[in-house]
Amino acid sequence: MSLVYAGICSHGPGITARADRADPVLRDEFYRNFDLMRKDIVNAGADALIIIAAEHFANFFMNNMPAFCVGMAEEYEGPIEDPEWLKIARTKVPGNSDLSGRIIREMMQTVDVAFSEEWKFDHGISVPLNFLTPDYDLPIIPMNINCQGPPLTPLHRAWEFGEAIRRACDAVSEKIAIVGTGGISHWPATPDSGKINVEWDTKFLARFARNDKQGMLSYSDEETYADAGQGGYEIRTLIATASAARGSKANIHFFEPIPVFATSAFCASFEL
Amino acid sequence: MSLYYLQKILYDINRDPQMQNAYSQNIEHFLEQYVLTDEERKALATPDIGLLYVLGVNGQILMHFAAYHQIEWDDYLQRMRDGIAEYGPVRAGVYAMTGNGLNFADATENNSD
Repeated sequence: MSLVYAGICSHGPGITARADRADPVLRDEFYRNFDLMRKDIVNAGADALIIIAAEHFANFFMNNMPAFCVGMAEEYEGPIEDPEWLKIARTKVPGNSDLSGRIIREMMQTVDVAFSEEWKFDHGISVPLNFLTPDYDLPIIPMNINCQGPPLTPLHRAWEFGEAIRRACDAVSEKIAIVGTGGISHWPATPDSGKINVEWDTKFLARFARNDKQGMLSYSDEETYADAGQGGYEIRTLIATASAARGSKANIHFFEPIPVFATSAFCASFEL
Repeated sequence: MSLYYLQKILYDINRDPQMQNAYSQNIEHFLEQYVLTDEERKALATPDIGLLYVLGVNGQILMHFAAYHQIEWDDYLQRMRDGIAEYGPVRAGVYAMTGNGLNFADATENNSD
């Protein structure tokens, strides 16, 4: 049918792993906004959820790193992390290989996507799903953009990836929701964890909200590394989501730096 | 031998329970199958999180490895700082410490009190 929902959220493992160390007022308001996203996806009648992720070496390594990959399995599993550490139980997650196949075929008309019939989720997908599909009853189509192992996928290619996703969504009969999940500025899993450039984040999200393609594609990796850390490379997932929303404007529902989560926490969705 | 293979071993351990079993049952035997320098072998066997960080292991790989070893979050961050103090700056990879070792999470938690 088409795209019925498009949104973005952060996914840092601290969101669940270190929940008890965050300011409870901020944390609970963030969680409430995650739940509003969940309800919007349910109310949109989504048959499947595409999640555009920046996975962290759970499936892809520098032996064969795809710029883009789309899952095509009937079932996935995650998280790979120690469940006690992440505070999310390891579970099976339903996929839809037939729907994935149709989407991949359409996307391949313009973008050279890799595909995979097996995929282990890490916190980058498991944390959002923990809030957005807590009963794991909605088929997931995982997609990945290489934001971790240089040479990284160029930003303008992430935009074209988003265009291909939208065209594929328009071509299938099912109702599709998309959630892009990545960090804005952050220095995750390093001694600088917790450092956040709020000014940089605010400026990026303003460009995102007005779906300013030129503004979002203007960052060089060198600038992003200097100002937003290696975690800032994950804006590719947000850019692809904005592209899939095809000119729609977004509402930022929640945006607060929460350093113990090692990132600014945010939820936003497009007025499709 | 190289940062690539050092990270590959950790990648395999992080995602594969069978590799985790082989690693935990007999670390020295497990590592014999890889060509590693003495320093790399020591870092993996100890495990020396600080040395692995200095050798250039990507934090997104190292964080999962630390979680597998049940290393608590603040301890994980401190071990990387201690590694830099003991072994010097990060030698390779995508990471460099930019915050002079400050603990940003603690600073904000105090502010939020």
